[in-house]
Formats: sequence, structure tokens, C-alpha cells
Amino acid sequence: MSYQIVVCGGIAPDPLQTLEPVPGPALKNEMMLPHVFDPWAAHALYEAGHLAKLNPGAKVWVVSMAPKAKLQQVMMTVAQKLPFELVPLDGPPGGFTDSADVAEALAAAIRTIAGLDLSRLLLFGGWESATRGAGTTMQRVGALLGITEQFLAVDQLEVRDGGSLRVWERLEGGRQQVSLCSGLPAMLAWATGHLPEPPNHPPTGMANGRLLMPALQKAKPAPAGAGCTFLDVSLPKQIRQTVIVKDKPAAEIAREIVEWITQ
Amino acid sequence: MILVILETPISKAGLESLCCATKLGDTLTVGLVGAAAQEAANSIGGCGARFLAVEGEPYSVSRYATDAAAAEALIRASGAALAIAPCTHRWQRALPGVAQRVGGAIDTHAVDISPGSVRRWYYRQRIEVTLARAATPWIILREPGSGDPWQGVPAQATVERLDVTPPATRTQVEGIEAQAASQQTIRPDAALLFVAGAGWTKKQKDGAVRTSEASELILQFVNRTGASLGSSKSLVDQSGEGQAVLPFLTHLHQVGQTGSTPRHRKGLASCCHGEEPHVVGWRFVNERRAINLDPNCGWARGKADVLYVADAFEVLREAAKALGQPGAD
Repeated sequence: MSYQIVVCGGIAPDPLQTLEPVPGPALKNEMMLPHVFDPWAAHALYEAGHLAKLNPGAKVWVVSMAPKAKLQQVMMTVAQKLPFELVPLDGPPGGFTDSADVAEALAAAIRTIAGLDLSRLLLFGGWESATRGAGTTMQRVGALLGITEQFLAVDQLEVRDGGSLRVWERLEGGRQQVSLCSGLPAMLAWATGHLPEPPNHPPTGMANGRLLMPALQKAKPAPAGAGCTFLDVSLPKQIRQTVIVKDKPAAEIAREIVEWITQ
Repeated sequence: MILVILETPISKAGLESLCCATKLGDTLTVGLVGAAAQEAANSIGGCGARFLAVEGEPYSVSRYATDAAAAEALIRASGAALAIAPCTHRWQRALPGVAQRVGGAIDTHAVDISPGSVRRWYYRQRIEVTLARAATPWIILREPGSGDPWQGVPAQATVERLDVTPPATRTQVEGIEAQAASQQTIRPDAALLFVAGAGWTKKQKDGAVRTSEASELILQFVNRTGASLGSSKSLVDQSGEGQAVLPFLTHLHQVGQTGSTPRHRKGLASCCHGEEPHVVGWRFVNERRAINLDPNCGWARGKADVLYVADAFEVLREAAKALGQPGAD
């Protein structure tokens, strides 16, 4: 089947960076921080690329909202991985925006994709972002596009003969719910999935690159508000004074740990 | 007016949401979704709420289309300005779409709800935020484990049943997959979280990779202590990088940036560097210890209470002796 897969994903500060909130709220030096494609959305993208590879004629679009300059930096890396067409939106950075506004902008951008048949759409994304971390945007986009078959925290997708989808969703306590979806359209918000990050593939990077810059130049502004009043934004206050135990025999450490566990 | 949306039978997370709602000092309505509501309503009848229900076989399983239809009907019928539900997979999947349908706002992972405001975390537990909203209905999903469950007395409840035509759906729930209890290593109710880092699969002091011994020691420790097992790095990442992997670890075990944020009281990390992408998943683990050969690892920089600079293989071997006879291993 020639799938039409739209992956929604934003960008997030590299997880190794120190984050400090400043009034706004925003992150201190946010535009200077190195960014990555949002980790769970990246897993969704790898799954989309894999599905497209297995199904000739399938196409992947990435709809992403972020400041254009940062998006360009991140997409230069992502574009090396697998073929896709970027639909960029020039929006505010960070997580202090409301998912309602972001979803409206994403859904509007999806509707403008030429040749996209919404009745055959596979809408992918991460189940939560590494910024707002609310896990609400994809369902809102699905609702705006009239998609009633929605799956959250997807770990695995199996496409069966006849085009039906078997979906594994991650539940609490290490369990998974298995569902069978008889047809499209469907929204799958991915957890970690089963695929590692694809290696860089320079020819793909070059092919993607030819379309990236023109698309970024045409990125439409997409304002998004907070939708709320932030009463307090702060770093966690808990500070630990780590006791470093060196040169202690393993048996003694083991006894100490067992005592601590059983307290 | 506050609406509490719960599935039947009512889970512990549901009782926690109910307890939280009763403390907000407003008129309470409980909306029940499931196969049959009466027994569940009776079990919390003492809370003094009005009871609404969407019941029947289509609503007995967790599925977006039916859950969203039920929750939308409950919100509209109750007229509530505030709706609270547990932040479980079922409601986190359904209620954002419902917020879109009813033109409301939604916040998830709330760890504290006060009249007019909510406290939750942004940037994967790295920034703490208290916020208020004017939009209604305001749907708040409350994080399980962040408060006490409701502990009132059962009482006969009067349930008003809403007539909601089940929506057409193409999704059929086939079931729940879980490991057999004897093989289950993810234990949300355990007191201890034991995290196995990637170091277990790296070359050891003798220059050899000892994955099978590592597997044996880890499983032995986890089963004898009844701990829940976590991992520091995604199995999919490790296998993608061509590294050896511990066979019982799945991506469900992963704690951190792209994994879970468990709520065990104590946590013991082993062969794990304690880098920020992993440690963000430890935000709610209060007592933390780590075993690592590197005295300058991330745990030493204020992320653990105690860091044992030692060989985890030796420590776990000795711990097995100290723990005595095997339990489930």
C-alpha cells in the first residue's frame, strides 16, 4: 500500500545542556543552546521511514514547528537519515506554549500538503515532547483532522495483509495493550518503538537537502501563545550532598546496601 | 463544579484523583466509564458526589473512540468547569482529544492541584511550573502516586446513566500482554528501583565482556530483593550501536529522557554514569545510591545520596550472599 505518513515533531534542547528558566517564561540563552529533533518524535520518524522503505510508493512528510534558524540546523542532521519532505512552521521555541495553538498550526499545515489524502493518512508523532512534556498535541491534531482511531505510547506496529494495523501501546507497569485497527486514517503517537537511529546516508542527505532550504525559506509564521498564566517557573530545589565511599571491601558495601534496602 | 472521570473498576490512581478532588472544596460529580457502574459507585458512595455513568460493553475496554465519546458526554452533562482524571494511559490518550472537542484546556502529569492552579514539570522533570488557566472546561490529569487515595466508606449510590450511542470505530482491542508474574521485572509497587546501566555489557577489569554473568547477578538481585528493574539506556539504542545487550531488558525498562519516570521510594543504580538524560527519570526517587567504578561520574555530582566506588559485579555477588536463599530466581 502506498502510505502517506505525516510525522509531527518539534525540536528540544540537547539533553546534556543545562537548562535555566528566565522570565517570559523561556530558557536562558535558548537560541544559543544546541538542539535535537525531539527524541520521541525521532522514534516516530524512524518508524515512518522504515514503513515507507517496506512499501514502495509511500511518502513521508515531517511537519515541524520551531524558530526557522534552529529548525534549519536540526534538519540538516535529520535529513541525513531517511527520505522525507519538510513542512516547516516558523514558530516560537520551547515548551511554554499551549498544545491547542500548536495543534491548530500543525493541523492547518497538514491540510495544505499537496496531494495528501486525509482519508488515507497515517499521522505519526512522539507521544510526548521533551519540552512541554504534556502528551496532548497529537491527540488534538488527530481530533482537528477528524481521526477517530488514535493510539498513544506505541511500541510496535504490524501491517497485516489487507492493510489492517496491529498496534502495541505501552501501558503502566510494563504491560502492553494490543489492538487491531481495520483501516486508515489513524494517529499513532510513538514511545520508543523498536528501531535504532538510522546511520547517516549521504545520498539521502543530498536529496533531502535540495528541498529543505526552499521549504524553510517559505516557512509560514505560526504564533502560539501560552494559554495560561505561569505563576512560578523554577528549577527543582532539592540539592544532595553526595557521600562518596571509596576503598571499602565489596562485602561491606553489599551488607550496607542490603541493610539500607531492608530498612 | 468539579467532575472526576474514573474507569470501572476504580483503580488506586482513580482513588487518588478522587481524594484530590474532594479537597478542592467544590461541588463534586463523579463520572464513571465502564461495563457496569453501580458497584463502582457504591464503593465510593461515601464521598457525597453526584454520580453520572456511561456504561456498557463498548466502554469496558480502553479505546480512544469510545473513551472520548464517554468523557465528552460526561463533561457536557455535568457542566463542570474543572474535570480531573488520573494520568493513566487510558485517559491521557482520550482526554486531549476531548479537550479539543469541547473547546477546553488540558494539563497532564499534575503533581499538585490547588483551587485555581496546577503544579507540573516541564522539560522532562527539569523545570517545575505552577500555572493557572482561565479557559473552561479545564481538564487536569493527575499523576498517579503523587497523593493519597480516597479512603472513605462505601455507600449505596444513585447513578444517573447517560445514553451515549457508541461511536463507529475501526479499532478492536485484542487484549493485554504482560510477562508471567514469575518473569516480571517491572514492579511499580516495589520499594526499590534497581537500574542496570550499559556498563554491565562493557569490557570488565579482566578485559572480557561478561554479559551472561551480569544477567545472572542482576536477575538474582532483583528477584531476591523484589526490586523493580530499570535500564539506563534504551535497548534499541544499544543494539543499534552494535553493543551486547542484556536479554531480559526491553525498552519498557528504560528510565529517563525517552523512558519512564518511576516513583519508587529508593533507587540503586549500577554501572550507570548518572548523566542528565537518564537522571531526569529519577526525579521522584527520593533515596538514591549508586555503584560505579568512576568517582567522578554524574552520581557524584549531587545526583545520589551515596556513591559506592566499586565493582558492581563483586558487590552484587556479595549482596546475593547477604540476601541469603534465593526467592523467585
